[in-house]
Amino acid sequence: MRVILDNLSKAFQNGDQAPVEALREIACTIEENEFLAVVGPSGCGKTTLLHIVAGLLCPDTGRVFFEGSVSNGRPQTAVVFQELALFPWRTVARNIEYGLEEMGLEKKVRKKRVKEYIDLVGLSGFERMYPHQLSGGMKQRTALARALSLDPLLLLMDEPLSALDAHTRMLMQLELSRIYEKTRPSVLYITHSIPEAVFLADRVLVLSPRPGRVKAVLTLDLPRPRTERIKVDPKFVSYLDTLWGILRQDGKGGTWGSI
Amino acid sequence: MGLHLETTKAGKPPENIVGKILPGGRPVRRLVRVGSLLLLAALWEALVRTEMVSAFFLPPPSRVLASGWAMAQNGELWRHLAASLGRIGLGFVFGALAGILAGILMGISPAAEDVFGPVIAATYPIPKIAIFPLLILWLGIGEWPKVTVIALGVFFPMVINVRAGIKDADPALIKAAVSMGSGRLAVIWKVLLPGALPMIFAGLKLAIGIALLLVVTAEMIAAESGIGFLILSSADLMQTARLLFGIALLSVLGLAFSGLLEALERLIVKWK
Repeated sequence: MRVILDNLSKAFQNGDQAPVEALREIACTIEENEFLAVVGPSGCGKTTLLHIVAGLLCPDTGRVFFEGSVSNGRPQTAVVFQELALFPWRTVARNIEYGLEEMGLEKKVRKKRVKEYIDLVGLSGFERMYPHQLSGGMKQRTALARALSLDPLLLLMDEPLSALDAHTRMLMQLELSRIYEKTRPSVLYITHSIPEAVFLADRVLVLSPRPGRVKAVLTLDLPRPRTERIKVDPKFVSYLDTLWGILRQDGKGGTWGSI
Repeated sequence: MGLHLETTKAGKPPENIVGKILPGGRPVRRLVRVGSLLLLAALWEALVRTEMVSAFFLPPPSRVLASGWAMAQNGELWRHLAASLGRIGLGFVFGALAGILAGILMGISPAAEDVFGPVIAATYPIPKIAIFPLLILWLGIGEWPKVTVIALGVFFPMVINVRAGIKDADPALIKAAVSMGSGRLAVIWKVLLPGALPMIFAGLKLAIGIALLLVVTAEMIAAESGIGFLILSSADLMQTARLLFGIALLSVLGLAFSGLLEALERLIVKWK
């Protein structure tokens, strides 16, 4: 699915204070099957942008167009939230089943789909566990399976790996790119980490500090499937350097995740 | 080699060390718990048998049990028990359902909160038994004033707990549900309500105690049956053994109710 973000702006009214401008005139296209990563300093409106595309927030100006969107009025999107938002009272399998229930699928079809995606993300054997019994990485996989099971044409992810320790995070980056290369939805991936963006994405969109504007878009020419070796590829390193250069122009305003 | 053995020995959990200092594992502790109750009963029995205390004012456990047995034989016990349980049952179900519904409404709708909030805040502190005479005037001397006063007593802890439980819902979960296509009803039924279940159970446990208190009080004021009536009428006739049996019955009922609710909670709230 091709998704066109047309001139999106959003400001938040906070009590009697002057409105805080979160996003200004964001224009960008997520191409069919493209993995687009969005990076930017804290508070630059990354999450706001994702919420608008997910249909959870209305932009003040501008529109989001979904090309090739299918049926019942809803564009086929799925979200993996930063907080993961797994239902604590549902087991792994029942969490993944939630979206399928809301789609109105039959129980038999749901069970089959759930099993398929549990296998895909490597959670076999953990179907009947509750979220509080899972490690961070396993919760992450559950949230990912829940989103993927909806068979989305656009997958939205909001810093999904930020709560993981460094080692698990690296493993999950590999897992994510493996799963993306297998299922090939369009992806809008919000992250704090420049190396993560370069490792996963086809293109990186850089937002400026508040209000978020499109500062630069960098197309990455790196081979797929992505493996760990890419991180020592001279091209990978030069992309990091370019992105750091772009962001350095913002001065000391922003805070950044570690490499 | 010796070092290796050392580490495997030290691998035992520290509870075992504590268990050795304070003697007895779990079965022993359970025995001690039951034993302390039996010891109290034995002491009480001995105190009366040795005539240090008058058996008229404090009948020994053996006589209390004997009078209970007699009431069970002639059916009196079951009549009173059924009357009280029926009132509690009806009042509890009505009060809890109304409280849960009102709590949900107030939790999701600021308008409902503005309308009902002040009314509830103003009526909550009234001891519910104070309204009982008025309820008798309105509903007549029958079962309904008693059921109503219990329902009222149950309603308040339920509405307050459920409202808090609904309001406390994790916004991220609501967001996730909406992003997967859930409408308003699905969010209430599949997100807010399950999330509020622990608070609902906290309310139910609080409410069952109140229901027990109110049924006894109401039965002491106006009733021809029930445990409250049994206690009061026994006192009037100076039948202290029957009176004490009624009190012991209340203790057993209270324990049974909270045990039942806890078992139900473990069955339903499996994720805690």
